[in-house]
Amino acid sequence: MGLTGLFLISFLIIHVGVNSCIFLNDGGETFNAVAHFMSHNWILRFLEIGLFAALILHIVQGLVVWKQNSAARPVKYAVNAPGANSKWYSRSMGLLGTLLLFFLIIHVSKFFLDTKIALYADGGAHDASHNLYAEMKAEFQKWWVVVIYIIGVISLFWHLIHGFQSAFQTLGINHKRYTPLIKIIGIGYTVIVCLLFALMPVAFYAGWIN
Amino acid sequence: MEHYNMNLTLKVWKQKNSNSKGSFETYPVKGISSEMSFLEMFDVLNEQLISSGKEHIAFDHDCREGICGACSMYIDGRAHGPWSKNTVCQLHMRAFKDGDTIVVEPWRAAAFPVLKDLVVDRSAFDRIIQAGGFISVNTGNAVDANALPIDKKDADTSFNAASCIGCGACVAACKNSSAMLFVSAKVSQLALLPQGKPERESRVLNMVAQMDKEGFGNCTNTYACEAECPKGISVANIARMNREYLKAGLSTES
Repeated sequence: MGLTGLFLISFLIIHVGVNSCIFLNDGGETFNAVAHFMSHNWILRFLEIGLFAALILHIVQGLVVWKQNSAARPVKYAVNAPGANSKWYSRSMGLLGTLLLFFLIIHVSKFFLDTKIALYADGGAHDASHNLYAEMKAEFQKWWVVVIYIIGVISLFWHLIHGFQSAFQTLGINHKRYTPLIKIIGIGYTVIVCLLFALMPVAFYAGWIN
Repeated sequence: MEHYNMNLTLKVWKQKNSNSKGSFETYPVKGISSEMSFLEMFDVLNEQLISSGKEHIAFDHDCREGICGACSMYIDGRAHGPWSKNTVCQLHMRAFKDGDTIVVEPWRAAAFPVLKDLVVDRSAFDRIIQAGGFISVNTGNAVDANALPIDKKDADTSFNAASCIGCGACVAACKNSSAMLFVSAKVSQLALLPQGKPERESRVLNMVAQMDKEGFGNCTNTYACEAECPKGISVANIARMNREYLKAGLSTES
C-alpha cells in the first residue's frame, strides 16, 4: 500500500501542477496547451497505464487488508475509546478511500472520458475542437458539481494527512531526525495540493477566472 | 490525593469457555478504597461472590507489580484502563469516582480466544517466539560479557525493545488486532545485537510468517499500540522490522 500510495502521491503533483494553469486566467490557453500535450505525448500515455495499474492495485491491496483485518477481530468491543490512543483519520482510511473511489468514478467519467472520446470517436474528428477548459468552466457552474468536488477534496485531505507519513513507516523509514521532517512535508504537501484542487471548482463557480 | 471510599457498578464479561457465547453481567461493589489496585477490587468482589455461593470472575494475574503482563483487561474501552504506560495491577481505584459504572472486557482478537471470562489464550505469542525469537548458541562456558563490543546506543535501543512483557495490549488496542508492535520488539531486540546477527534474516521471515498464520491483522500505522503499551515500546521498532523483512526478502540466502 505504501509503494502504490507514494506513486499516486507523485501523480497528484503533476495533476495539480497542470490544472493550476487555469489560475493564469488567460482564457484557458495555457491549460489547454498543456492538457493537449499531456493527452498526446506517448510517454505520458504509457505512464497513464501505470497510473491506472497503481490505482487498481492500491484499491485491491486496501480491500485485502480490510478483509483480513475484519477477520482478525470477530467479536467487537462493547465499549471502545479509540480516540484516546489514535487519530480518527488514521482509523478511517478505508472509509475515506471508498469516498475517494466514488468521487474518482464521477471525476473520471466527466473529464477523463470526454477527453478520450474526443481523441478516438469518429477517428479523432473532434480532437482539434475539444476544449477541456471550456468543459471545466461549464461543469463548475453547477453548484452540486462543486459540492461533490469539495467533498472529494476533503476526503483526499484526510486520506493524505495519514497516508503520506504512513507510507514511509511501512517502507521502514522511521528516523529520529527525518520522521518529523517527513511529517511536516506531508502536511505541507497535503495542504497545498488540496487547497489548489478545492480552489479550482470554487474559482470557476465564483467567477474569479473567466 | 486524599483517601476516599466508593461504590461502583461493574459490568464484566462472563463466558463459560471458548466454545460458549458470553455476555455481560452486572455486579455492584461497595466500599472500595481509592488506594486499592484494580485487581484488588476484583479480589474483594470475588470474595463476596464466593462467600455468597456464586461463581467468581476468572481473570489472569501474576506479579502484581507491572512486569508480567498477565492482566488482560479492556477497561472502559481502553487496554489496561484509563492510565497510560500502565498495567491493570498498577491501575489504582483513584482513577475512578464514587458511583462510576466500569465496563470490563477481555482482549478481543481472533488470535486470542477467550478461555473463560476475562482470561484469553495468548499462546499465539509463544508460537511466534518459537518461530524465531531466540539465538542459537553452542553449549559450553558462558562467554565473557565484555568479549563482544556493543555500541551503547544499540544496547539501549535493544534493551528498550526487550522491555516488552508480551501482555498483548498492542493487539487489544489495535483496530486491526495486529501484533506488529510485539513481533517488531522481539525482532528488534535481537537484530540490534551481534548475537542476533547470524539468524537475522530467517528470524524475521519466520516470525512474520507465524504472526500471519495466527490470524493477527495488518498494521495500518494508527500507532494505537504505542499509545497503549505499558512499557512504551516505540513504533520505530515496526519500521525496523519492515526494513529487516524487506532486506531478508530480497536476500538470495533466505
